[in-house]
Amino acid sequence: MSAIEQVSRPYAASFVEFARNRREVLCLSADLTNSVEIDDFKKVCPDRFISCGLSEQAMMGVAGGLAREGLLPYVHTFAVFVTRRPYDQVAMSIAYPNLRVHLMGFLPGLTTPGGVTHQAIDDIALMRVLPNMTVVDCGDATDVESVLDATEDVDGPVYCRILRGRVPRLFREPLELGRARVLESGDDVCLFTSSVCTGEAMPAVAALRAKGLSIGHVHVSTLKPFTDPAVLEAVGAARRGVISLENHLVTGGLGSSLAELMAEQAIGHRLVRMGLYDTYAHGGSLPYLLEYYGLSARHVVDAVERLTGERFGIELERAAESEGAPSTEKAEAL
Amino acid sequence: MSVQATKADVDRVAAAIRRRVLLHTIENNGGYLCQACSSAETLATLYLRVMHLGPSVGPLIPREFDGVPGPGWPAGSGAAYNGERGPDNDRFLLSCTHYSLGLYAALIEVGRLDEHALDHYDRDGSTVEQIGAEHSPGIEVTTGSLAQALSIGLGIALARQERGDRGRVWVYMSDGELQEGQTWEALSLAAHHGLDHLGVYLDANGSQCDGPIYAVHEVEPIAERVRSFGWKVHEVDGHDSDALVAPALEPSHGKPLFVIARTCSWRGIPSLESRANKHYVRFRPGEAELALRDLRLSAEDARS
Ligand SMILES: Cc1ncc(C[n+]2csc(CCOP(=O)(O)OP(=O)(O)O)c2C)c(N)n1
Ligand SMILES: [Mg+2]
Repeated sequence: MSAIEQVSRPYAASFVEFARNRREVLCLSADLTNSVEIDDFKKVCPDRFISCGLSEQAMMGVAGGLAREGLLPYVHTFAVFVTRRPYDQVAMSIAYPNLRVHLMGFLPGLTTPGGVTHQAIDDIALMRVLPNMTVVDCGDATDVESVLDATEDVDGPVYCRILRGRVPRLFREPLELGRARVLESGDDVCLFTSSVCTGEAMPAVAALRAKGLSIGHVHVSTLKPFTDPAVLEAVGAARRGVISLENHLVTGGLGSSLAELMAEQAIGHRLVRMGLYDTYAHGGSLPYLLEYYGLSARHVVDAVERLTGERFGIELERAAESEGAPSTEKAEAL
Repeated sequence: MSVQATKADVDRVAAAIRRRVLLHTIENNGGYLCQACSSAETLATLYLRVMHLGPSVGPLIPREFDGVPGPGWPAGSGAAYNGERGPDNDRFLLSCTHYSLGLYAALIEVGRLDEHALDHYDRDGSTVEQIGAEHSPGIEVTTGSLAQALSIGLGIALARQERGDRGRVWVYMSDGELQEGQTWEALSLAAHHGLDHLGVYLDANGSQCDGPIYAVHEVEPIAERVRSFGWKVHEVDGHDSDALVAPALEPSHGKPLFVIARTCSWRGIPSLESRANKHYVRFRPGEAELALRDLRLSAEDARS
């Protein structure tokens, strides 16, 4: 594998660049300014930075009010605090009136060392079921850098899962809303991944292809709307089955979206959903948690072997040790 | 509670908490050190002089992680460190769970946890989590999503009132939690139910993640606000154990008790004062030595 670029704090600079000359953009913060990489913006544009403190419920109402006045609020906090504490406020003060509010959720899924209270493992499910809400899950530095442009013109609220800190660059082309990235095509099996699972799974896909398996790999960033014809095509091509791998519960996220699509399109292929299986998680490093909950590259190989009934004799590094794998550096200040 | 414990005992334990958390922060390359500095006397006072607790029934050496609560897996095993439940025993709920490091250190210093327990802190597979969950030593409810413990404590207190228990329910909170709406719902509701065996100790250290509270989202005047919600409010020097104990000894006349412990985030370690980020301390080169010197420790102590 060619050396993979590691980008430091990709959101910080992207948000400054995006927001600096858009006078109607406002930045809302809930006492996690440094942790969600909006400290640079606060320095550059203090007059458009709104400090809310630990008041997520009020903050969502404030965002709704600002949007009703024609401003463009970008709300920043950890993914878990965007989606759980203020859920009713997001639904009624933002989603129902279809207001243009961007909800930026950091440290998604198992990427936080903060344990169960900080792990947004159900956020995609929660946001996806809200009418009017668009849902995007970033998987690399390029996704993070381009998600602001890609979602700017959405006529309604948008929920974005953002990766922070040191983030590998897996893709060159900017994220396009509603378009998955077809990384590999194949007609035996197709693996769908999102978030940090894409980088984690890449070595598994490469190893399986090297062993002659025709395995496709699709990175999904737009979870809603889930209407990309390329996804349907890849699902249809995978004669021996489809696998989903997500940094989330298997219910309500990527795996569920694929199941709904396949049932509605009458595609009778097997579907193996990898993710958290009806369980809360606990605190630990990302490589440890990916191993513990069965989401590592090694587990992808196992799943493919079970699906195909073949053994490929592949030895892989531990979770998150390949270059494209998500950062293992310790987060500060939870 | 040992009746005999004095201010001097608390001061000794508080100094040991600071020392232990500082050494850990240096070794671990980061930690919630300022919270340990602000809370040391309050936590020590609660354990030594205020709370009526039985001896710990948790293992001295913390258990490894063995599953999250579910059918057949009871929740709340961390409470074992605060002793058996009983009608006359108090209950302790840590609300601001990022203070866990300070709490673990306090448990060690009062003999409820093995002296090497911090070696398990934030290690994969350990229950000694950075943000404690209810399997973590001393932690009865999972409240790292802040400002939920007071409501849970209210429920526990209601149940105990119904049963006629004499034991009290103590909730330890941080001042940032006063910014959450749920805090004020619970304050109002507890007064409505006249829960005079429910008590809060608040660590008013004036700090939160983004900086000083007044600059982020002002919560003062805390005493007036909480009093107007129907609580008995005391405002004390949070580093003076005698002042911290006194409110708990007074009769509460049908009102829940709220003790505002006015504290300082760099208490005992003055070199921390100039830090911009007091919420989470990660030393840059040279800074750890200054902090060690503040506590009259040497680099040798940090290594051993
Ligand atoms: C509901 C919720 N929102 C945000 C956070 C993230 N968070 C963790 S600690 C903290 C600051 C809380 O204020 P305080 O406890 O007074 O800070 P300290 O004195 O420890 O600096 C924040 C915002 C959280 N844990 N829970
Ligand atoms: Mg504080």
